[in-house]
Amino acid sequence: MNVSEAGRVPQLVSEGGSAIDEHLNAIWETPKGFLGALSSVDHKRIGIRYIVTAFIFLIAGGIEALLMRLQLAHSDLKLLSPEAYNQLFTMHGFTMIFLYAGPVLSGFSNYLWPLLLGSRDMAFPRLNALSYWIFLLAGLFLYASFPLGLAPNAGWFNYPPLSGKEFNPGPNIDFYLLGLIFLGISTTVGAANFLVSLLRTRAPGMSINRLPILVWGTLTASVGNLLAVPAVSLACVLLFADRQFGTHFFEVEAHGQPLLWQHLFWMFGHPWVYAIVLPALGIVSDALPTFCRRPLVGYTPVALATVATMIVGFGVWLHHMFATGMPMLSLAFFSAASLVITIPSAVSTFAWIATIWTGKPVLTTSFLFLSSFIILFVIGGVSGVMTGAVPFDFQLTDTYFVVAHLHYVLIGINVFPVVGGIYYWFPKMTGRMMSERLGRWNFWTMFLGFNIGFFPMHIVGLMGMPRRIYTYAPGLGWDTINLITTIGSFAFAVGILLFLVNLGVSLRRGKPAGANPWDAPTLEWSVPSPVPAYNFAVIPLVASRHPLWEERLNESPERSSLNAGYLLNQGRETLATTVLDAEPDLILKMPGDSLAPLILALALGLLFVGLIVHSAAVTGAAALGTAVAILVWLWPQRSLGQVAEPHHV
Amino acid sequence: MLGSAVSCARAPMNYMRTFGPAADPVTSLGWGLTIISALVILIIAGLLLKATLRARATTVSLSTIPITRPGGGSRWIYLGTGISTIILLGLVVWTMFTLAAIASAPEAPAFTIEIRAHQWWWEARYIDGASDRTFVTANELHIPVGKPVQLRLIGDDVIHSFWIPALAGKTDVIPGQTNLAWLEAIALGTYRGQCTEYCGAQHAHMAEFVMADTAADFASWWNHQLTAAPSPTLPNVHGESVFLARCGACHAVRGTGAGGILGPDLTHIMSRATLGAGTVPNDPPSLRAWINDAQAVKPGARMPTLDLPPEELAAVTDYVQTLH
Repeated sequence: MNVSEAGRVPQLVSEGGSAIDEHLNAIWETPKGFLGALSSVDHKRIGIRYIVTAFIFLIAGGIEALLMRLQLAHSDLKLLSPEAYNQLFTMHGFTMIFLYAGPVLSGFSNYLWPLLLGSRDMAFPRLNALSYWIFLLAGLFLYASFPLGLAPNAGWFNYPPLSGKEFNPGPNIDFYLLGLIFLGISTTVGAANFLVSLLRTRAPGMSINRLPILVWGTLTASVGNLLAVPAVSLACVLLFADRQFGTHFFEVEAHGQPLLWQHLFWMFGHPWVYAIVLPALGIVSDALPTFCRRPLVGYTPVALATVATMIVGFGVWLHHMFATGMPMLSLAFFSAASLVITIPSAVSTFAWIATIWTGKPVLTTSFLFLSSFIILFVIGGVSGVMTGAVPFDFQLTDTYFVVAHLHYVLIGINVFPVVGGIYYWFPKMTGRMMSERLGRWNFWTMFLGFNIGFFPMHIVGLMGMPRRIYTYAPGLGWDTINLITTIGSFAFAVGILLFLVNLGVSLRRGKPAGANPWDAPTLEWSVPSPVPAYNFAVIPLVASRHPLWEERLNESPERSSLNAGYLLNQGRETLATTVLDAEPDLILKMPGDSLAPLILALALGLLFVGLIVHSAAVTGAAALGTAVAILVWLWPQRSLGQVAEPHHV
Repeated sequence: MLGSAVSCARAPMNYMRTFGPAADPVTSLGWGLTIISALVILIIAGLLLKATLRARATTVSLSTIPITRPGGGSRWIYLGTGISTIILLGLVVWTMFTLAAIASAPEAPAFTIEIRAHQWWWEARYIDGASDRTFVTANELHIPVGKPVQLRLIGDDVIHSFWIPALAGKTDVIPGQTNLAWLEAIALGTYRGQCTEYCGAQHAHMAEFVMADTAADFASWWNHQLTAAPSPTLPNVHGESVFLARCGACHAVRGTGAGGILGPDLTHIMSRATLGAGTVPNDPPSLRAWINDAQAVKPGARMPTLDLPPEELAAVTDYVQTLH
């Protein structure tokens, strides 16, 4: 962070105006053209790119799932070879967990954070661009394995020895390991950026008890990611070393420990599960009250529940490993923790129901997605409790019951709030409303398709069908349910298709939205739709949790000031405030658009390509390129106040 | 007894009805959890529906509806979370008691079966103390009804998981460590299971079966398994020599020179109901197809395509059918 012109007090203006807007626009707008697009560091563009890219991966993962559902529609079908099926389910899991569920929420948070917090951009705009480019390249890197027929094939949790050199000599697993390490860089820098943005770039008066719940969710997820990602990156480095350099971390013959992988993986994996749901719960907590025409019931308990979930979430990883032959005491501890983690979820659930019950719900499409999410959340929650009870988990684990559970969690708690959130914020992002008529069709197809497809999986799981089998024998009683599941999953796919159609149609022909079509309470709705490049003409002064509802709620005499505030117009600037109380502190000089993030990401990508093709020359050159790109990036710039001015000496 | 036969016939892997003390307390817990879960889902769905419909706005113009903060919301959180917590704590206690109930067998196990999991079949070594009473078989285990049996699960290649749903939950079979489990069947019958830890190309075809026999049947089965293969009668002498040349490097037939340890012991292959760990029934056409080209039956299996001349294939298939 760069403090410049210490002592300059920013001008306080009482009213924005078109002259100010034009001036700010000239400062902040990304240049037109291809090069401009590649160099943009605008958090709104990056956020939307994240969401669009994540949806493309969702579609890819969805097609993989539909192929598998065709293969499983009946016993003993031979549509797919075992190897093809195994690559498909591995890629499906990897795609949905790592390339869709996490990044799509990063997209929301990237787009929304500065708008929710009242600032002009994320704290580190170029790092933000880097995080996107790495995500994109890591995804492409992984998918490059597919046309080669060399996609990872050991499941998304990739247990050795099956993923070791002896049983998997091809490059398939190296794609997995290097792809995940590469992606981890994106997650890590993104999380760091969210944390610093939260701590330092909130508008004056946006104290932590006024943060939208989405911010709490992403904050918690980011802390979780910072602590969890190193575990999986380490595991991947160790396994890569085993496979390529002959180390023995996981090799039994040399007294390595296959279980070490499972511990490292799930120490990451379980917090990650919460990282890909907590921001989505935040979407619900923030958007649902708008449609209920009242503030969220229980803001403080819900915010604390979010944090509590992540903390307990670090103490439950062993419940993925109940059947590995653990001592009874460990089983008892992790089982109890896995049941207790439900309590914060109960807090949020009853807060949402109370919000609807005591409010006046308006049944928009967004409301339908967000409120129906509650029941999907409860179904995924109680099936989670069932799997948390160790002895019963000895039966449930690795059956379709778990497949049902995790899809209720990931689709129910991630996809439904995300789609509801897009119906809610699409007007802000594009300036147009989405079609409500098509929205109804979209909702009901997705909701019914999802439940028809995935609820029966619980039952076939209780009937003993293991997961990850490419086929099954007749006479086990699984045929009918699998056929129903296949039909439901195709209906769900049609629902997703309707959503995409609605997006396309509304983008061209949607009604103009205006600044605040839902009459919503938070800062992002105080600026025009679509949002100008500079976000806020003046940095607002915040006096409550609901700046746009203050007059009507009339709960305190203080009022937020949205049109009058600090004018920061001497280059790209935003305001830094103090950590807890958000008192104005410093002026932050923000970097302009830059190709450095893209170049750095490309150099890093090349490094991973060099590793997978075993080329020391390519790897070495790419490492050099990475170093140069970092040097260029960090070279002191006068405009950022990184060069001492003579008169300041 | 009839019950077991019926339930096994319709959904042999179902574990909501179980037949042994290693599973029954769990099944009660499972039903309890399922019923509580169903009730919670129904109650929440009802509340949600009522909440949505009771005061829903008739207009879609949001700004015309006043913004208020009606009280009474916090009660929901206190009550809902309070009740949930009490139920959860109750479940924790029930879970712990169940865990204790299945931790060990009600009486000392009668004997031990040492199970080695391979890609993609199960090797089973019966051990009861006397070394001359030990033998090796594959994929189909026999146990005496009403007697607990100790399982020693030994990992070999990759991680697998041993599971007979109607008798006991899963225990992973992990290379480099030995896991213990036990099971007991209280009803006669055949109990199907299959590997439940993803273990590579043919994870789908790695079934195992437990046959619960009467004490007398079990004793005679064990005694029969101890016997070596008889010397072949004249028409099968040639078949045996083909077997020794083509199959003996990987498979053992006790009493002959075939002593391979890579594949299943075939001394009593005809006493087993399936081939390829439940992949196909053990009938003459399947047996012939399997010997001829196991890769066509179970792609990726460790048994290579043999490309035997038709005459050798016929001879060896006939010979194998003498191994009762």
